[in-house]
This record gives sequence, C-alpha cells and structure tokens, in this order.
Amino acid sequence: MSKQYETVIGLEVHVELATKTKIFCSCSTAFGGEPNTHTCPVCTGMPGSLPVLNKQVVEYALAVGLAVNCQINQHCKFDRKNYFYPDNPQNYQISQLYLPICHDGFVEIETEAGKKKIRIHEIHMEEDAGKLIHDEWGDCSLVDYNRSGVPLIEIVSEPDMRSAEEVIAYLEKLRMTIQYLGASDCKLQEGSMRADVNLSVREAGSAEFGTRTEMKNLNSFRAIARAIEGERERQIDLLESGKPVVQETRRWDDNKGISRAMRSKEDAQDYRYFPDPDLVPVEISDEWIERVRSAQPEMREDKIARYQSQMGLPAYDAQILTSSKHLADIFEETAAICGQPKEVSNWLMVEGMRLAKEKEMDVDEISFSPENLARLIGLVERNVINRTVAKEVFEEIFSSNADPESYVEEHGLKVVNDQGQLRKVIEEILEANPQSVQDFKNGKEKAAGFIVGQTMRAMKGKADPAVVNQLVKELLSQA
Amino acid sequence: MSIVDLTALQLGKEIQAGNLTAVDAAEAALEQIRRAEPQIGAFVTVDEEGVLKQARKVQKQIEAGELKGPLAGVPAAIKDNLCISGMRTTCSSRILSSFVPTYTAEAVRKLEKAGAVILGKTNMDEFAMGSTTETSAFGITRNPWNPDHVPGGSSGGSCAAVAANECFYALGSDTGGSIRQPSSFCGVTGIKPTYGTVSRYGLVAYGSSLDQIGPIAKNVSDCAAILETISAYDRKDSTSIRRDDTDFTSALTEDVRGLRIGIPRDYFGEGLDPEVRDSIMKAVKVLTDKGAVAEEFDLSLVEYAIPAYYVIASAEASSNLSRFDGVKYGYRAEHYEGLHDMYKKSRSEGFGPEVKRRIMLGSFVLSSGYYDAYYLKALRTKALIKAAFDKAFARFDVIAAPASPSTAPKIGESLKDPIQMYLGDIYTISVNLAGLPGMTVPCGLDSKGLPIGLQLIGDCFQEKKIIRAAYAYEQSREYQSPPMARKLSGESAAVSGGRCEKGADCQ
Repeated sequence: MSKQYETVIGLEVHVELATKTKIFCSCSTAFGGEPNTHTCPVCTGMPGSLPVLNKQVVEYALAVGLAVNCQINQHCKFDRKNYFYPDNPQNYQISQLYLPICHDGFVEIETEAGKKKIRIHEIHMEEDAGKLIHDEWGDCSLVDYNRSGVPLIEIVSEPDMRSAEEVIAYLEKLRMTIQYLGASDCKLQEGSMRADVNLSVREAGSAEFGTRTEMKNLNSFRAIARAIEGERERQIDLLESGKPVVQETRRWDDNKGISRAMRSKEDAQDYRYFPDPDLVPVEISDEWIERVRSAQPEMREDKIARYQSQMGLPAYDAQILTSSKHLADIFEETAAICGQPKEVSNWLMVEGMRLAKEKEMDVDEISFSPENLARLIGLVERNVINRTVAKEVFEEIFSSNADPESYVEEHGLKVVNDQGQLRKVIEEILEANPQSVQDFKNGKEKAAGFIVGQTMRAMKGKADPAVVNQLVKELLSQA
Repeated sequence: MSIVDLTALQLGKEIQAGNLTAVDAAEAALEQIRRAEPQIGAFVTVDEEGVLKQARKVQKQIEAGELKGPLAGVPAAIKDNLCISGMRTTCSSRILSSFVPTYTAEAVRKLEKAGAVILGKTNMDEFAMGSTTETSAFGITRNPWNPDHVPGGSSGGSCAAVAANECFYALGSDTGGSIRQPSSFCGVTGIKPTYGTVSRYGLVAYGSSLDQIGPIAKNVSDCAAILETISAYDRKDSTSIRRDDTDFTSALTEDVRGLRIGIPRDYFGEGLDPEVRDSIMKAVKVLTDKGAVAEEFDLSLVEYAIPAYYVIASAEASSNLSRFDGVKYGYRAEHYEGLHDMYKKSRSEGFGPEVKRRIMLGSFVLSSGYYDAYYLKALRTKALIKAAFDKAFARFDVIAAPASPSTAPKIGESLKDPIQMYLGDIYTISVNLAGLPGMTVPCGLDSKGLPIGLQLIGDCFQEKKIIRAAYAYEQSREYQSPPMARKLSGESAAVSGGRCEKGADCQ
C-alpha cells in the first residue's frame, strides 16, 4: 500500500432537551419510571389526539443554534416522517425536513493541529421514540412509551472532520456548549446525546468524496473513536482490494470492535415527508431571538478568562474547573460563599478529582452542597481542624454531603494545641523510642520527623502540626 | 305531536319549563331508536343503560338550577369518529371495532357540559371516506325518506338519525362535504363551520387540514345553538382559532335586505339534476323576495377542486391511519409470523377497500419523486381556490349552490364507480379546501320524494351571514319529517297539554 488516504467525517448528533415535559404533550420527561407511566393519549398515538408544541423546546433549540452561530428560520415548520415501527406509536415521527429551525452555523474546535471551524448544516427539532423491550423468556416484545415524545434536536454537521480526534473535539465542544446553556445534560451512556458517524475515505488530494457509510449505536467517546478507526480501515481495505464501498447503515458492536451492515441504500425507506397538518408553523420574532440571545449564559471561554483575571486562578485550574458546567457551578457558588477561590479550586482539583476517580464517578455526578465545602474551608482557616483532618471531612462531604461542623463535633476532630497535653504525649513517645532520641543527638535531623509522625498518629491527626513540631524540637534538645 | 317530533330547542324549553324531563326525552328517543333502527341502521352503538343514567343525572342538575342552557337534557347522537371516554369508538371500521377511548372529544365535552344526553354513536363511511355511508364495516344506513336510497355520507348515520327522529340533533364531521351532502339527502340542516372554529381534539383524523366538526339538526335555530355551544378556542388543538364572534344565535333574524347572494355559474352547469337546480333557484327567489340581491358569477377553478382534494385528503389520511397497526389497540390479525406479517395482515383484514384505496393513493402522492408533482401542486391549487373565493366574497355576502348534483342515489349504485362517486363531491369540497363555512337547509323534494338541500357558503368567519340567510329562507316553509319518522313517532309517547302521555295524540 502506497496510497495516502484521507478520512472524511460528518456527524448527526441527537440531543435530548432538558424540558420538564414532552415536546407535544405535558407528560414528564423524567428518565426511568415504571414502563408507560409517563404517557397520555398524545404520546401513545391514540386516535383523535393532537400534538401541541412545547415552547421551551423552541427556546432551547434557538439557544443552541445561536450559540453555534446558526442562521434562524424565523418561519419554521414541522413535518411528518412516515415509517412503521412499534416504538413509534403514530407510525410517523414529527420532525423537521423542509424548514428546520437553524441552519448554516459553525463551531471552532482545537486539536494538536490547531484551531479549525466545523460547519453545521442544520439543527432541527423532533420527537424521540419509545423503547422496545425484548422478553428473553417469553415469545414477545414489549414497548415502553415513556420516552416517546421526549424532545430532541438533531445537529447535522457538514463533512468537515478528518480524524477521530477532530470528531471528539467537535463532540466535546457541542456537549460543553449545550451543557452550559442548560439545554441538555448530554450523557452519552444514558442516551441523552447520541452521535451517528457518516464516514468516507478518499485518496489524499482528491476533490471528490468517496462513498460514505453511516455508523450507529455509538454510546461513548471511546466507542466513537474506535468505530472511526475501524470503519476507516475497513473502507481502505475494500478500496485496496478493488472492491467498492457500499452506501449503507452499519451498527457498531463495541464489545467485538466490529460493525455490521444494517441496511443498504437500496433498502432505504421512503419516508414520505410532508408538513404536519396538526401543527401550525412556528413564527420566531426578532424580539424572541434577541431575548434568547441576551439570556445566553456565560460560555466556557469567558469563564476561563474570568477565573484567571478576576479570581486569580492559574490557567490550568480554570481549564479543569470549566470542563464541566456542573463543576464550574459548584466552584463559583462555593467561592462566592467563602471568598477564597484558590482554596476552593484546590479542594475540587485535588481531593475532588481524586475521589471522583476513585469512585469512578463522572464529575457531573458530584452532588454535595457548596455551602458545606465553604464551611469546611472556614474551619481550616480558623484552625479549628488541621488539613489532615479536613481531608477526612471533605471525603464525608463528597460522599454524603455531611455537615462539616457537626461531623467534626461528633467525631471529636478539633485540633489539639493544648501544650500540656501534647507535651505529655511527646514525652511518652520519646521514652518509648530511646534509639530515635540517640539518633537525634548524633545529628540525625530525620529522627525528629519520625517523632512528629508518631505524635500525629497518637493524636489521630488532630494535633496542630506547628505546635507539635515546635514541642518535639524543644523536648529532643532537652533530652 | 310526539316528543321526538320536537326540535332540540323546543324540547330544551319544555324541559326547562318542567313540562318534560330529560328522562322522558331520553326514553322517547330510545323508543324511537328501537322502532326505527331495524329499517334505518343509523347507529353503531346505542348506550341504553348509560343514556338513562345520564338523563337522570342531568335532570337533577336542571332541577337544582345548575343547568339552564337551551340544550340541557336534550338527547343527541354522535358520529362514531368522535371519541367518548368509555364508549366504543369504531369509525365504522373493523380495525377499531373494539376500541374504547379513555378521553372525550372536546366538542362532545362541551355538549356534555351543556347538559346533553348522549344516546350513542352513529354510522358513517369507514373513517369518513365515502359519500353514501355504504363503506361502513357495520352495515349500511338507509335513507329515512326512502329505504332503497342511501342517506349520503360520510355523516349518513347522524343525518338519518335526525331525520328519523331517533335523536334531536347530532354531531357530524365534514372533510369534503360529509355534513352538508347527507343533510341535503336526508332533508335536515347541517353546518360545517370555518376551519379552526370547533376543536378537533378527539376527532379521529381523516384529512387533518380539512376536517371540521359541526351540528346536524332539524332546523337552523337548533344548528346555530349547537354550534355556539361547541365552538371555542382549545389549546389542545394547535389549529384552533380564538374568535369572539361565536354567538351564532344572534344571527337568527329574518332580515336579509341588501344581502348579496352570488350564484356561481360553474355550479349550475352540466351534470346538475334540473330538479335540483330549479329547487335551488326557487329558494334563492324566496330570499330575493325578502330583499336580498342575487347575481350570477364565475367562480372558476371548480374542475381542479376534486383532484386537489383527493390528493391532499388521501395524503393526510395515509399518514393519519398508519397508527392503526395492531400493536397498541384495535384489531390484530389472529395468525401472523413476525412483526411485518402482523402489520400487513392486521391492516389488510382491518381496513375496507375504500380506505385501502385512499391509503395507497395518499402514499403514492407523497412518495419521493411524486411529492412535487402531486402533493405540492395540490397545495398550490388549494391556495388558488382560496383566492378565487376571496375574489367572490369581495362582491358577495353568501354563495348559494346545490350540495350535490342529484338527490340521494339508490343503495349499491355509487360504489361500483368510485370516480363517479368522487365527482359527486364537486359542490362541497372547495369549501373545505378554502376552510370556509358552509351549510345546507332543506329546500324541497324532487319528483321521487327525495329531499333537496340548498347550500349556503360564507367567507371565513362569516357563519352569521349564512345562518341569517338560511334562517330567513327557512321561515318560508315548515320542517318536513320523512313519512316513516312521522308514522313511527305517531305511535310513541306524545306531548299533550304540556305533559306527556304514551299513545296520546296531541297534534
């Protein structure tokens, strides 16, 4: 193989919006719930029921569209996409084909190769389908319509990406933007963000695109990266052996690391799209756009700049803290209460990250109240507890949102700096360790450290280390 | 005169006055249903037990002074494509033969709030597709004026039930003339209001952009009162319109001086039965004698209405009816292998031939490669037809026309030639395409003794103008019941001296 190949990738990203109710009825969108409990005649496709658009869906779609520099179709419409499948109660999905709400936008991504613009073809609003549950024992399939009618936006990019790295950077960027807007939590594992990868390869330098395939069932960034590598190789192998790439939809199996063809273009369904006569066109006024635009929250780039300039954080801290909107919110709220941003940052960056990793948690799952962390910082500042103890208390806050003051009180963790009490403890330790005393006298400074350690251990970490240090030196030199 | 000969408003008055009770009325209607149904077949479902229970409850509320409206206690029939919670709703289709909704259509809810007693559900063409009520999966309905003839359709059951005195009024739905044409064939009055006036929530959709619910009754006053009751903005229907001029009974005045009536030459040419034409022209003369001004004009585009209508209605229907798949409710084939076989068999066995024909037609015009040539072109035609009406209504207050080229055809005549049947809709479908209000009032009988209806068409939101014209015309003649209805009700409970005694003759 001597030819050089270029991979061309475009993405279709589905994002479940964070509305409380569904797109066309007032049923709850809450995840989980007993099957078919979040349903009504509308989202189960009962005859005679009619859809009524949830305005919040338009708000979120607008917010995302504006954040990714899209043009807005101020007169947009819903269309029906007709296909039969049991998870789709009406046997048509209400979506947008002819006049989607947003079009022609872009996001800027940054990879090792530098900055690059990825163009967005369009964003449209649509309803999610229900879920089929195949009974492994009985000879039947069951359907749960709780998810039916949950609002989605589909963000369709142009084929502007050339590597898995760019794809991940693009997805991260979208995810971050949408999370910052509060329009979705964008969890790939739970399916609130889903990406289909359209990929083709062509000889480097060629102006024409190759035949593309569409890859589905990608549930993590890792799976996406692996699927891209796998599909790129599969297509190159085909071309190298003189076989054509077939335009088809493929399903990625991440356990096996391979994909399988689902349906080819020949089997492609004719969706018989037409404007939904049950819904009226959505008219989006200039005022509405302006209102959404002016209500846009501070985006990540702005936060990073502000954390450095106004809060005095190093660039690294600002990057990490803003990598999740949720983490940034905890940081800001805690800093606002205690007024010590750097201290808050240290706790979150060091202990917080360590615990999240240990517990295999996503940072978005961190759930303690900023109030408690602020109070912990206060306890340390006032020297009520020392840093060693504080770490233990932080762990309690992190895992069970413990109230630091009562926890310290209950477990008797306050710093001991009573000189008399400490002096007694140190004297006992010196008596039990004559060798160390001898070593110190022989000039081994390290021996003092050992005694300090023993004292701290005996005090279960509660001793004020400054006082202990001073006393140990004093008593050793007297011994 | 028997109770069932009363109009809805007359009965409502008697009930409010304490001369009759809602239970008397319900019993009289049920008795008439028992007598008439073997000959007519207007109902798919009669809820005998529920009716009396409902009537007793309503009567209590009337006596407590909680229900004071003109329709309180008056028994009504509902077309079987309007959902009523707990009552089987079939659309006269096998595929919904077992479907019991858990919700009630907004229009029916409005009637129930006004104290209506719902007798049951009336027969129709399957999913409202047809003009004769012969495509019903539950048997045909016969015309009370002559049992060898059809009642028209698709609201044939509702119209026949009103004509045969089986109910005091009924609700129908009109997608291409389904209220106006059978009203004309059965000699009763029906209104299809401006699109968006009555909520479609709970109406099983056929052609969503054309469907409207409307009243069918013995006279214009009843229809105006019923329409007033069911018209309201409904946030559950996105196509519902806010309007503050739904006090339709205020238009019940005889004064038509200066009313400008347009007579579209296109509706009076070839294909129109001369007896029908003469009857309509006579009715127009009644109005001009009262001071209205009539003038002929060319509406144009009439020949494009039928293809445009069948493309749009079938396209929407093909999608609307896809939810009937045997998965969630309704009919499921007994034997099948796998999902696709289940879909195919359930739908093949569940739908009748006319419905299948329209689903196929609709799927075809929406399919890729044909969408522009058929569906989009039909939408453009629709817009042109609306523009032609706009032009006409710049000159006229109402348009007078027949509702159908002929009176009711014989049973079995129409289905043989669907194209001919579709052409029979020529005078009614443009109104749906343009979203206009239209109504028919009886204006005489032909030489066979079959009723002829005068259709009055108004501009959008101008129901009051057509109601005024219809009311003024109606004053010139008595309401005529078909002989069989008079004969049957003559045998039943009669109103006498304000009280009702079985068998008494009080005419």
